[in-house]
Amino acid sequence: MQLRVNGVTEDVAAKTVSELLDSRGIDPTTRFLAVAINGSVVRRSDWSSQSLGPDDDVEIVRPFSGG
Amino acid sequence: MTDPFVIAGTTFSSRLIVGTARYPNQKVMLDCLEASGAELVTASIRRISLEGYAESLVDVLGGRYRLLPNTAGCVTARDAILTAELAREALETNWVKLELIGDRELLYPDVEQLVHAADELVRKGFTVLPYCNEDPVSCQKLADVGCAAVMPLGSLIGSGMGIANPAAIELICSRSTVPVVLDAGIGTASDAVLAMELGCDAVMVDTAIAQSHDPRRMAAAMRAAVEAGRLARLAGRIPRRRFAEASSPQLGLVGS
Repeated sequence: MQLRVNGVTEDVAAKTVSELLDSRGIDPTTRFLAVAINGSVVRRSDWSSQSLGPDDDVEIVRPFSGG
Repeated sequence: MTDPFVIAGTTFSSRLIVGTARYPNQKVMLDCLEASGAELVTASIRRISLEGYAESLVDVLGGRYRLLPNTAGCVTARDAILTAELAREALETNWVKLELIGDRELLYPDVEQLVHAADELVRKGFTVLPYCNEDPVSCQKLADVGCAAVMPLGSLIGSGMGIANPAAIELICSRSTVPVVLDAGIGTASDAVLAMELGCDAVMVDTAIAQSHDPRRMAAAMRAAVEAGRLARLAGRIPRRRFAEASSPQLGLVGS
């Protein structure tokens, strides 16, 4: 199905947030990550159960340097 | 002499808040944070690179500092609120330096959206520190919706123009019901001294340290400046006079 991941539309086989992170080589147990789908934060504890749907807008973020 | 700085019930011994951006490299940044004596440091929240990712900023800081995530770059209340919520999830803090930009060239705050977003974030349980205009009315509105502090700009972000309107900053400090943190525009140590002398409770500095010719030395200068300005404020300056007033005794002059 097609998703928007960090602003880029692409075909994705992953069915959950955890699978999506795994498929990108991001260890879902990495600290300080946060995920939102369609403007709502998905708690870390829900990453393995939260399913992805067609056209979902996914944001995967972490802290960076800032002022 | 103890002179703690308190925001939302949390006590800091340092009145200098420092950014983590624009340093020549990570080693210099870490040295500067240490030299500054800061306990509270800012961070941004950004999309992770999907092509692999390096060590996290938070790991680099090693738990030595309290992180204050910002919403820098957000131009809508919706994006700023989502960024704050993502920051809360990523960093397990409900503190946020709320930035809502109304003009990408000036990076001036959009007051209308700022007050709206601050109100909503306070309702959601956040401790909100808004980067705001150097305007007593905006600051009061932000305090009224429950912000834990206000962060009026001295001048434009990254401009190094110092405090463009000292009278306005002094007014804000004299009327504010919440701590006032001078944010943006600091160019060198004397700007930080002035902010504290005007009555600010703390000063936030990033570019002035990070982009200095010798960032480590400037970090130490900012630390000393904030301490000097605070001491001078507590001590109280003498009144300004139009004419001279001799400091040496006037009696017993040789030849009188």
